[in-house]
Amino acid sequence: MLIIGEKLSIIAKRVREAMMNKDKGPIQEIATRQWKEGSGMIDANIGPAEDGGEDLMQWMVTTIQEVVPLPICLDTTNAKALEAGLKVHNNEWGRPLINSTSNDPERFPILELAAKYNSQVIGLTVGKGGLPADAEERCAIAAEIMARAMEYGVPLEDIYLDPLVLQIATSQDHATKVIDAIKMFQEMNDPAMKTVVGLSNISNGCPKHIRPILNKYYFLMLMNAGLTSAIADSHEMAEALNERQLFNDVLAGKEIGDPEKMKVIKKTIEVIMGDNLYAHSYLEM
Amino acid sequence: MAFAAPKETYSGKVYSVTVGTGDKAVTFGGENVLSFHSFEGSTPNRPLIAFEIQDIPPADWPENVQKPYAAVSGDPVTWAKYCQDELNARAVALRLVGTHPDRENRSPEDAVKTVKDVLAAINIPLIILGSNHSEKDTSVLIAVAEAAKDKNCIIGKAQESNYKTIAAAAMANNHKLVAMSELDINLSKQLNILITQMGFDKERLITDPMCSALGYGLEYTYSVMERIRLAALTQNDVTMQQPMMGDVGMYVWKVKETQAAEADLPHWGSTEERGILWEAETATALLIAGAELLIMRHPRAVAAVEKVIDELV
Repeated sequence: MLIIGEKLSIIAKRVREAMMNKDKGPIQEIATRQWKEGSGMIDANIGPAEDGGEDLMQWMVTTIQEVVPLPICLDTTNAKALEAGLKVHNNEWGRPLINSTSNDPERFPILELAAKYNSQVIGLTVGKGGLPADAEERCAIAAEIMARAMEYGVPLEDIYLDPLVLQIATSQDHATKVIDAIKMFQEMNDPAMKTVVGLSNISNGCPKHIRPILNKYYFLMLMNAGLTSAIADSHEMAEALNERQLFNDVLAGKEIGDPEKMKVIKKTIEVIMGDNLYAHSYLEM
Repeated sequence: MAFAAPKETYSGKVYSVTVGTGDKAVTFGGENVLSFHSFEGSTPNRPLIAFEIQDIPPADWPENVQKPYAAVSGDPVTWAKYCQDELNARAVALRLVGTHPDRENRSPEDAVKTVKDVLAAINIPLIILGSNHSEKDTSVLIAVAEAAKDKNCIIGKAQESNYKTIAAAAMANNHKLVAMSELDINLSKQLNILITQMGFDKERLITDPMCSALGYGLEYTYSVMERIRLAALTQNDVTMQQPMMGDVGMYVWKVKETQAAEADLPHWGSTEERGILWEAETATALLIAGAELLIMRHPRAVAAVEKVIDELV
């Protein structure tokens, strides 16, 4: 399981300020912490970065790799910024990963970059239109992305298919559709296609105290489905991996020593599986 | 081999709610099947349609729905009595729209007087609705809930922003309560949980997932209602087993189709017939989706929907 540390995102105020001021301190501190917590790669999300994106991505890649011996997941829609980042990426620590291409024609040139710089690339299974309706539609889009990758000379082993995790608070039925998609993606090639999710979106919009619970147990369910990697909170994922046996015992219907934890796991499985309608207070019912 | 119609059985059941007092009290809900699926289980009660009246003359209603009440709507008491005695209403819904700060900004005391007078004039159940101004409703609904103590009314609407005080007032004065959320099934469930966590009896709640008119998002309301009902029946979700309300008239008589003049749009036909049909169609769709309580305006639309119910029960 590859954990891609999610914390260096422009969405976080502290990170955004450090990016704007080119202040290496917070960036390196957060990168180091994620590495120590078990991240095997660091996501650098600079947003659309229309102005100065090239400089910013280069600065992020070198700043992180100065202190952390890991590859970078370059996360932006700006192709020029991606290319700038790929140019300075230190492949000694592993091959970079581009986040992401999709079935939107505007994102096709990103495959060219992956081929040119021998980078891995995430294929987000969305098209130009709306969100995919179910696992089958995600697979249909995945097939298109795979065909296009081959056209551009990107080996399928370098593609990570991303089924797009949606918020459980508003799109509960997609929780199982994503799990199904992860299973189905693997069948689409031999060797099995690699997969990735932007995990924390599952709990986006949920109360703060239940976010780690949903993140962890959803992650373990996806892991059981064969997930290869997750862009996630590496601290939470370390906890999740510690609880994996416990979780699988509850999933198998066994009693575990901690009744409170068992209740939390059971109720969370119920909302993920759609057996109980999600509400912010689902754990209290 | 003879054809046997497939039958569903469900694990859950909708709570039945009784409103009003004495022999005019009405019970709705209570079924353990989807709407009108009496061939699969028990549908003990008929859906309830309440006639909407308001505390101030309905100057903001389209002319065609003002017309049937022209002689009585100047006074809520006369209006309520007319609905009961002449239109054979089984319930009346009094909307205190005049308390809205942007309208007449009537005081809670004014509202109390109206409620008391109406209650004194009728013996059918009364539903008391605020003006949907979250803050003002708090003070108005507390006052009227107390004024109507033990009359077993339905008070509404409690929303996420004001449910605590309104639910407490309904609880203290033995009323039923409408909990409204804005077209979001998860928030609807959450609001029911929050209200019951205050100690409010879950069997005294009515869910309003927010109405919308035909052509203006009705399919969203329909879908949320349908999913709420499926959660109640198939998942036995006790937080979703309340009867549901459709506040139909208010939404329907705002849309263009109920008002546009025939002279301007001759191919749309008679404005009056069109408005009545629009209200009846919207209401019928919500009944099928699972609503047990409808608030409606036009007497002919009500009659049409009652006829549909007659044919389906």
